[in-house]
Amino acid sequence: MSTAAQETAETTAEDRDILAIAREQVLERGVPLTEDQILRVMRTSDEALTDLLALAHEVRMKWCGPEIEVEGIVSIKTGGCPEDCHFCSQSGQFTSPVRSVWLNVPELVKAAEQTAATGASEFCIVAAVRGPDERLMTQMREGVKAIKAAVDIEVAASLGMLSQEQVDDLVDMGIHRYNHNLEAAKSFFPQVVTTHSWEERWETCLMVRESGMELCCGCLVGMGETVEQRAELAAQLGELQPDEVPLNFLNPRPGTPFGDLPLMESSEALRTIAAFRLALPRTILRYAGGRELTLGDLGTRDGLLGGINAVIVGNYLTTLGRDPKEDLKLLEDLKMPIKALSSSL
Amino acid sequence: MSETLYCGHCGEPIAGGGHDACAERLRMEPPRFCTHCQRRMTVQVTPTSWTARCVEHGVTSSP
Repeated sequence: MSTAAQETAETTAEDRDILAIAREQVLERGVPLTEDQILRVMRTSDEALTDLLALAHEVRMKWCGPEIEVEGIVSIKTGGCPEDCHFCSQSGQFTSPVRSVWLNVPELVKAAEQTAATGASEFCIVAAVRGPDERLMTQMREGVKAIKAAVDIEVAASLGMLSQEQVDDLVDMGIHRYNHNLEAAKSFFPQVVTTHSWEERWETCLMVRESGMELCCGCLVGMGETVEQRAELAAQLGELQPDEVPLNFLNPRPGTPFGDLPLMESSEALRTIAAFRLALPRTILRYAGGRELTLGDLGTRDGLLGGINAVIVGNYLTTLGRDPKEDLKLLEDLKMPIKALSSSL
Repeated sequence: MSETLYCGHCGEPIAGGGHDACAERLRMEPPRFCTHCQRRMTVQVTPTSWTARCVEHGVTSSP
């Protein structure tokens, strides 16, 4: 059985029922799925996957349009983080081989130039910290100013939990978008992080959303959460209404508590992408870390035709990504235009 | 430059083999250990390149 028609013939009545509901509710009316509905989508059979991805793609095209937002990221402060996020090689609490290092301002500008050269419209500066201290805020102030003087690109930041004063400072710097992930569903979060709470993350997200900066708030799947918790997470993100949701797939890092977990099955990852799109019809849904290992080249293509409308190109914070030329060629093959600077999706 | 003795991914001696999975990993991540002295290196990854610095053996860069 390999054709779409044969696969459709094998779908269950439950598959067909929830897909019909999603088509009428999300595609036709733009109303996100509820948590119960997201769970039903996440429980659809493998035989329904082709139809599910096609529907998610239709939803993305109708409510977001054909453009793809391309972003590059860089770590301004790597390693030595006091927090214990169990998936992260940058925590100072684990025996990870990642050592602490800072990027200086000229290196930061060079990284922004590398990103702009790929055609990206967004450059995100990330720090492995609980929240920014004065040294980091000073480095950001100088770095953002230098980037804006030299490179035509939107600057985003991800510096952990913020105070209201720091939110205001970032707005003054001209930060376009702030990333702070929920990472996991509220019910699963204590099994992922013990040094801060899910509610603390939520509070920072609310402050950012009220500030005038765009809110980028995503997650990491494949950490051993149940499918119910994955649906819970999608619903919680839907409640937060971020402008962007970066979707990471666990890349088990040596020395971390999650270092021996298996990679997520690619069909499960694709079903998650589609379900998130149906939960967040108007949001920028970005491929983030782990997609190369979890999905490979073919799965990457399937996800772009299954709800994804943004990518991180090039390398990640401590690991390497695909050659940007390969991703840009894929977008060209799929006839998906890259979002131009200063336009909105 | 001195001889390559250690795996850049896991830092264990390369003599005796068993580093096929490490070699595969190094396609998608920079080396973390100096292949000459086993020291952990400071690694900076940027969008299209990386550098790894050993205090004893200097800087290695992405191709």
